[in-house]
Amino acid sequence: MSRAEVVRQGAAGEGTRKVSLLWTFGVLRSELLTTFRRWRTLALLAVLAAVPILVGIAVKIETSDGASMGGGGPQGGGPAFISQITNNGLFLVFTALAATLPFFLPMAIGVIAGDAIAGEANAGTLRYLLVAPAGRTRLLLTKYATTMAFCLVATLVVAISALTVGALLFPLGELTTISGTRISFAEGLGRALLIALVVAASLIGVAALGLFVSTLTNSGIAAMATTVGLLITVQILDQIPQLHALQPYFFSHYWLSFADLMREPVYWDDLVKNLGIQALYAAVFGSAAWARFTTKDITA
Amino acid sequence: MAPYESDDSTTAVGEVDDLPSGRRKAARYVVPVTVVGVAAATIGLVPAIADSGDPDLPKITAEQLIEKIAQSDVEQLSGTVKISTDLGLPDLGGLGAGLASGAMASGSGDGSSADPSAKLTELASGTHTLRVAVDGENKQKLSLLENASEYSLIHNGKDVWGYDSKSNEVFHGTAEEAKGGQEKQDVPATPKDFAEAALKAVDDTTSVTVDGTAQVAGRDAYQLLIKPKQSGTTVGAITVAVDAKTGMPLKFTLTPASGGAAVIDAGFTQVSFAKPAASTFDFTPPKGAKVTEEDELEGKDGENGSPKSEDELRKELDNEFGKDFGKDFGKELDGPKSGDKLGKAPEGGPEVIGEGWNTVAVFDTGGEGVPSGAEVGGEMGGFLDSLGDKVTGKFGSGTVFKTRLINALITDDGKVYVGAVDKDALVKAADSGK
Repeated sequence: MSRAEVVRQGAAGEGTRKVSLLWTFGVLRSELLTTFRRWRTLALLAVLAAVPILVGIAVKIETSDGASMGGGGPQGGGPAFISQITNNGLFLVFTALAATLPFFLPMAIGVIAGDAIAGEANAGTLRYLLVAPAGRTRLLLTKYATTMAFCLVATLVVAISALTVGALLFPLGELTTISGTRISFAEGLGRALLIALVVAASLIGVAALGLFVSTLTNSGIAAMATTVGLLITVQILDQIPQLHALQPYFFSHYWLSFADLMREPVYWDDLVKNLGIQALYAAVFGSAAWARFTTKDITA
Repeated sequence: MAPYESDDSTTAVGEVDDLPSGRRKAARYVVPVTVVGVAAATIGLVPAIADSGDPDLPKITAEQLIEKIAQSDVEQLSGTVKISTDLGLPDLGGLGAGLASGAMASGSGDGSSADPSAKLTELASGTHTLRVAVDGENKQKLSLLENASEYSLIHNGKDVWGYDSKSNEVFHGTAEEAKGGQEKQDVPATPKDFAEAALKAVDDTTSVTVDGTAQVAGRDAYQLLIKPKQSGTTVGAITVAVDAKTGMPLKFTLTPASGGAAVIDAGFTQVSFAKPAASTFDFTPPKGAKVTEEDELEGKDGENGSPKSEDELRKELDNEFGKDFGKDFGKELDGPKSGDKLGKAPEGGPEVIGEGWNTVAVFDTGGEGVPSGAEVGGEMGGFLDSLGDKVTGKFGSGTVFKTRLINALITDDGKVYVGAVDKDALVKAADSGK
């Protein structure tokens, strides 16, 4: 943490009230640097990058005798798109995102978001940050922006790792959409990028929730555990049929709607609902975090 | 983002120096609460506001409307159909699926998951989203949207392709040119299929009226109300929303006589009468996909859409109305009245009692009927008993299995009476059959 303090205090020292915009950018930059230089963050990204590698190698071994993946039964088990990987490596991107979105990705976001405020409080650095005339609102916004940046980076890490592994192990080329029509490889790549962006946006809700939890406690571990716990609880509740009236309002309910981008024509209904829910969670928990953080007694 | 910015300057100065009072603390929480409130209001009110009331259309008689449907010559359309089926079957969940897949595994060894007859019966329960695209008689496409996968049935010229993207399996059959939508024979899926089947049943046992107008998929539509005049049927009313411009049925709702939610509710949520892109109907099996030819399956499954053999029917009933139920259900819709499909059945096919809505089909399984719970014993016995009601009459005794639309009486001497009628009517039919 000592380096973080130096960087932040340096930034705070340079900043004066009149150059507030530049100053905000400075805080954001130093915040991004501290976050992405942490071993913890790098380890999380490494774990995420490893998932597509494992999936790719598993599929390669499974199908090395010429058998087709997932063709064994009518149920076609495993994550979405897995049966297509052997024919087109690009599908590994979709499979990897479908495999990591329910748990790995939001867990990583929960760790980063939960740690955002509570971690600083825990390490005793929060009051130093607040000594600077940035104001709590701006600090909170910076923290949230950093978490969102992590959402995007984490998703892209999964996608790029999957694309690399897919290109190395499997053939690439024209692909068949799940509606049965054909699209060119370039268009497939474009859709893959779009899907990665949608997946990153799907994590906005968890990020806001984690940030709110983070303002409630002074223990970084407690905030991370609570966020990840909430994530698991919501995922379980989403499986209980009796709660179907509530389920459309769970942040994770429409997560897998990103697959609708692989239909031809694209089926937008659920995608729009998903983005709407994420925006709602961001607004509710973002403002709740703001209400809490700007009125909180900072003791550490 | 607005709330942050607007308060920024004051908080930045105020909060560092002195702590806000309790009242000010609480005031901040008004923001998230307001956001929740606005969101709830939006979710609650926007559909109500968007539903701008029934459109104002010129008056029309039921005959004119039916003629309009008959004359409807929509050749090209694409749209999204939402279909909800609620037969009131006990939700067997995993157990039902287990039974169904068990039966499937034993029945058709290595059948393809892309086989249309296997796939479309899924429509018999729950809510599904379908996509339909039609361009003339030779090009149709029907897609069943599933979680992160899709089942497409494409008819293009001579070829009928079924593609299951989940298992990457392809089913290939042939259709005669210009025969027009072989797939539609299997299970009615679009509102039009349903409406045509229902209109076949129209005669003196039925009242048909125009019941106002409605907005369906953003289009103005007339509502056609079809009601059975007879008592004893479980069908309460059938409502068909007919597009005022094209005469195309846009929505089909079947409500049971017992009231409550619709048994079938199938309607377009989005529809366009423009020509769909030609590429929509192009299909070449993807590399590495397992392709099953129709001929390979015929030996095992029998032809699609052909009347069910006794054995199969019995198996279904034994399966406690498993998923296959949908097929019979589709036939049932094809008309208690017309009954021609049933009538044409080869020997061993069902015999028909009654007329109009009160038609009851009779199958003689020649078997023992359903074992009672006591015979089977244990948990399974209790389970069987919970599904059916014991009835007795002049015919002897039997068990009635109920859904919200179709009821079945299985007598102890192995006869099966099935119809969209209530329990008493079934017993009466059984009595008269004696």
